[in-house]
Amino acid sequence: MACVKILERLGHKVVFPERQTCCGQPPHNTGYWKEARKSALRALDIFEDAEVIVGPSGSCIAMMKDGYGDLFKGTEHETRAKALAAKTFEFTQFLVNKLGVTDLGAAFPHKVTFHDGCHGLRMLKAKHESRALLAKVKGLELVEMSEAESCCGFGGTFSVKFPKISTAMVEKKVASILETGAEYVTSLDASCLMNIGGYAAREGLPFKTIHIAEILASQEA
Amino acid sequence: MSSPLTRFKAAVADATSNEARRDFIYKALGGYYVSRDKNKNNFRDWQKARECAAQTKYESLNNLAEELEIFSKKIEGRGGHVFFASTPSEAREYILKVARDNGVKKIIKSKCMTSEEIHLNDALEAAGTEVVESDLGEFIQQLRKEPPFHFVFPCMHVKRDEINTLFQENIHSRDTNNPAELTMIAREYLRQKYIDADMGITGANFIVARDGMISVTENEGNSRLSAAMPKIHLVLVGIEKVVPRLEDLALFLPMLATAGAGQPLTGYNTQYAGPRTAENPDGPEQFHVVLLDNNRTQLLADAEHRDALHCMRCGACLNVCPVFKNIGGLSYGTTYQGPIGSLITPHLRGTKNWQHLSYSSSLCGACTQACPVKIDIHDHLLENRRNAATLAPSILWKMIFFGFNFIFAHPKLYALTFKIAKKINPLTKLAGKVPGTLLYGWTGTRKLPEPPKSSFRERFAEHKKQDLSVR
Amino acid sequence: MNNPSKEKVLARIREALRLRAPSPAQIHGRHANAPVAEYTRDFRDAMPPAGSNDAERRAIFEANLDALKGQFVACKTAADARAKLEALCAERGWAKLATHRAPLCEAVVPAEKSPIITDDGYDKNALAAVDAGITECECLVAQTGSVMFSTRACGGRALSVLPPVHIVLAKRSQLVGDLSDAYALIRAKYGENLPDCLGFITGPSRTGDIERILVLGAHGPKELFVFFIEE
Repeated sequence: MACVKILERLGHKVVFPERQTCCGQPPHNTGYWKEARKSALRALDIFEDAEVIVGPSGSCIAMMKDGYGDLFKGTEHETRAKALAAKTFEFTQFLVNKLGVTDLGAAFPHKVTFHDGCHGLRMLKAKHESRALLAKVKGLELVEMSEAESCCGFGGTFSVKFPKISTAMVEKKVASILETGAEYVTSLDASCLMNIGGYAAREGLPFKTIHIAEILASQEA
Repeated sequence: MSSPLTRFKAAVADATSNEARRDFIYKALGGYYVSRDKNKNNFRDWQKARECAAQTKYESLNNLAEELEIFSKKIEGRGGHVFFASTPSEAREYILKVARDNGVKKIIKSKCMTSEEIHLNDALEAAGTEVVESDLGEFIQQLRKEPPFHFVFPCMHVKRDEINTLFQENIHSRDTNNPAELTMIAREYLRQKYIDADMGITGANFIVARDGMISVTENEGNSRLSAAMPKIHLVLVGIEKVVPRLEDLALFLPMLATAGAGQPLTGYNTQYAGPRTAENPDGPEQFHVVLLDNNRTQLLADAEHRDALHCMRCGACLNVCPVFKNIGGLSYGTTYQGPIGSLITPHLRGTKNWQHLSYSSSLCGACTQACPVKIDIHDHLLENRRNAATLAPSILWKMIFFGFNFIFAHPKLYALTFKIAKKINPLTKLAGKVPGTLLYGWTGTRKLPEPPKSSFRERFAEHKKQDLSVR
Repeated sequence: MNNPSKEKVLARIREALRLRAPSPAQIHGRHANAPVAEYTRDFRDAMPPAGSNDAERRAIFEANLDALKGQFVACKTAADARAKLEALCAERGWAKLATHRAPLCEAVVPAEKSPIITDDGYDKNALAAVDAGITECECLVAQTGSVMFSTRACGGRALSVLPPVHIVLAKRSQLVGDLSDAYALIRAKYGENLPDCLGFITGPSRTGDIERILVLGAHGPKELFVFFIEE
């Protein structure tokens, strides 16, 4: 909801097509492209008429901007997939690059560190946008962690297929978060945060996870 | 014999539980990142250099048959020999024959991953030949009777104390754990080996086709000594390592060094064209190049993944890979470890037995970003999964994604699922505690988040209603 | 030896290549809505700086060699180089040297040390036992701080790598900018008749195989001197 509030505050009309569900990334990621195409086709239909599509998830947006191209390569839907990709934006990139806004008048007086989720960072090339937005949040102290750009180990079905590798990766991630002494770790991606937060909760670690949109909507004094 | 997947899982369990070793690997790579970035930044345009490298490799592969024919002709014109081997056994037999025909008793070898691929040392030793690895890391791994941990840094997982013990036990050296002193011990031990060897075996980083040369990149000088002292120099190399001309090395040598080792250029970059000549009577009497296919042509035939053959084995993708850093190179059970190994092994050794490597990645893309020749590694790993799922779909995943699509195709059902999920949350939690279930993989070490009180859909609908009432 | 697999491998390659792969530019630009421009192969201006005049090239070379832990010795003339070499021999107590037949070597290496001349053939153990090997070179490369060697210009394959110290004698006119210049020079000098072995020596022999800690003198020379003769 934070995302909706911010966009509306900026004067945009936000529509949530009730029919939308999943972009199809999980089966795509597991190699079941036929199944993924079913979900993806629904998304192509549902979002056909939207002017702009904005999503607060690096992973889903990367799938729609990048993944659909490969998924529909050589099919009749290729052109539609490209058209969809062109008007789809990750939330922070939309704010900073499309709207040219960095100061949302937010206040969040806490020490925060940022996790660069892989899809946002490497597929969408989102990095400076989040920093620019967080720099304008009153009271927020951003402490970069040494392993900011390392994968948290989630990787969708990877984490259930190879839990030991996935856990080892999140251990390294969390160690790097702890080094910063931050109260919060934030990111563009809820899935990374669920993974990091899930591990931290189980281990009883002294930091919390929060999506960047929630920080940007915060008015905490 | 257990399957590669079973062995992989066991090795992973072992490696990931060794926290000290994992920390050691992370620490060992710390200096590399700093020097790699420094040297990358010294390029006037690293991205453009990558593009040039990718394009050069692409054009070379498009012309591969012709390039190799020109190469053979040139080498033979200078009195060298070129042998094409389809399979590992053909390559081994040729090398054994060269050794036999020349009464070779002692071989000095410099780092050559292609020789690991064909298990050359075992074959030579079985024939009664002494084979000594001369690269310090390979020498240590040979004494440890272990394959390389990393195809550029073979013993990066071994601590100095372990090397001290290893040297004392195997080459009767004095007690020291000082890296410089340990290096000098190996130097002294190996010096005489170069002088006494009848044959030197090296790999090659590049086949410089139209100039009829091979190029070897190294830091220690062991490869140069292996190609200078014995009366026979034999090179074993994969057919794909072609660049057209010496001039192309002006691009590739600095890129290889920067991406692979964080150096502007490695210590020695040497091009060999043949045996000694009348003009230069120093050097080997015989020069042999063995060109190995070993299913590379099968990967070449896959136009979608052909760019995987652009790889110059710099190891940059291993160095940045969080999977590699946590499970280590030995877990893979392959000649080539890390992301590039996971990409090519199913092509070279069969999808059926090796597809798990394509799945043992979070697809984070750090490899693709690091690759100096712009191989689309993580996308190809995903396509490997697609190939595997098409070839032999798993019933379980089919069912899961059928259900997934069914629910997601019916938004009302999806909304209902949310409500049900909330209701049965205690049950889910319970299921997550049962080892062996799919979910347990994740929940075994992590806590599932509490479901929110209401779904986004409900809140959004509520929000819109309020919005309207205000107006 | 007959090689039945040669034609088989070449045939498999030709068969495999019947389907053309997308170019790297097409692969990486595949999600772009506009057509993508093919990549160039013209890499030279993308590479590390090499200097645009003599003074810059010299400064870059010196800095690079220093970073590589090589030793730059500026010499006014060949006679000066000879004096500096003699001083070095005295300081280090070097008695046995090895070199090859070449004008600079003859002018700089003192004959009274009766060095091994590799052109005349040599005993491998004796060459390994000298204190230093002294060679000319093809050229020096500013961009990477490298010495370009070849068997023809450097007294064969072993002289520049087997002895524990390598001393390179080079004239100022031999300093080139980048690696491309170095290969152009080789091409102009030898044409199609290339030396059987050539390449770049970049600093003394080194390894990081033990815990990624840099150690000099793994197998090749522990020290590399470049005597840079100004005249």
